[in-house]
Amino acid sequence: MGIARDVIKPVLAGFGITARRLKHKKVTVNYPEELREQYPRTRWRHYLTRYESGLEKCIGCSLCAGACPARCINVVAAENTDEERFSPGERYATRYEINMIRCIFCGYCQEACPTGAIVLRKNFELADYKREDFVYTKEMLLEKYPGESDEPYVGVYQKRERELLGK
Amino acid sequence: MPTKIETIVLHDSSTPILGDVQKGGNVVITSLETLLSQARANSLWPLTFGLACCAIEMMSTVASRFDLARFGSEAFRATPRQADVMIIAGRLSKKMAPVLRQIYDQMPEPKWVISMGACASSGGVYNNYAIIQGADQVVPVDVYVPGCPPSPDALIYGILKLQEKVKRHTARNLGDLRLTEVHAPRHLEEVEA
Repeated sequence: MGIARDVIKPVLAGFGITARRLKHKKVTVNYPEELREQYPRTRWRHYLTRYESGLEKCIGCSLCAGACPARCINVVAAENTDEERFSPGERYATRYEINMIRCIFCGYCQEACPTGAIVLRKNFELADYKREDFVYTKEMLLEKYPGESDEPYVGVYQKRERELLGK
Repeated sequence: MPTKIETIVLHDSSTPILGDVQKGGNVVITSLETLLSQARANSLWPLTFGLACCAIEMMSTVASRFDLARFGSEAFRATPRQADVMIIAGRLSKKMAPVLRQIYDQMPEPKWVISMGACASSGGVYNNYAIIQGADQVVPVDVYVPGCPPSPDALIYGILKLQEKVKRHTARNLGDLRLTEVHAPRHLEEVEA
């Protein structure tokens, strides 16, 4: 029974742990300013890809919709004509909708796709205010130019910062 | 045609258009309102309401790697009386729905709801009789966060979206600035962003 043994020694031992932690590397990711490195096979937002020629890879076969465990994909196909050609095959998707709020990002659609049209990429910033906005249409999913989906993901805040700085 | 005259007066060149500030339309309390919404947005205390696996991601959001304390939301409260935002983390079963509604009613105004994950937002893969197909059938939801489960940074993005919404909030009268609890329940129509 002594103040040195019961109070000062344990307090010093406690501060010792704090002091030892001080030289460790900080683990916090400063998320909105910088993004953490995602794993190579991370599955988030869907993209409908294009061939180098600019034609869509999707042939409207609905295999992705059949493989989807949450039943969140809707594909409506139509025939290509020589005047209006969207994909190299006979058919293309006129409507391609994914309900992002229902989707569980399992990647089965990507596995089922025979042409590799639908891919899941690293854009995880999908939160929004209204549930109607979560039905992603073909215009939203289709990449603007070939190879857009393979570019490294830039976060919403980084984009906003670049716009503000005018880069 | 009284409506037309009103529009002409409102869009008169001598009337400055102040964007969102003019919509709330209260000159007296405008600065107080900005101050209050800033204070509210930067201290959103969530309610501990983990229903399923999404709660694990919610816990790791508070842990040191993602550190929700950077946004003032680290204090998870076990009582609805001290919470500002309810994060519905996980599938909401029909048996749990009345409990969730009661806890929501016990939270003091102003209150917000984040629906985290596919199951809470829409039912996800559980399209069956036991799971509520979207928590917005029970409580008004402010922000939906998709994912199964959403990673901690996706949830942080949802919280930042909610902060933006809170900061944009404009009071219409002195009652909107109240700091005490009111007994009138908030209706679903009021949750438009």
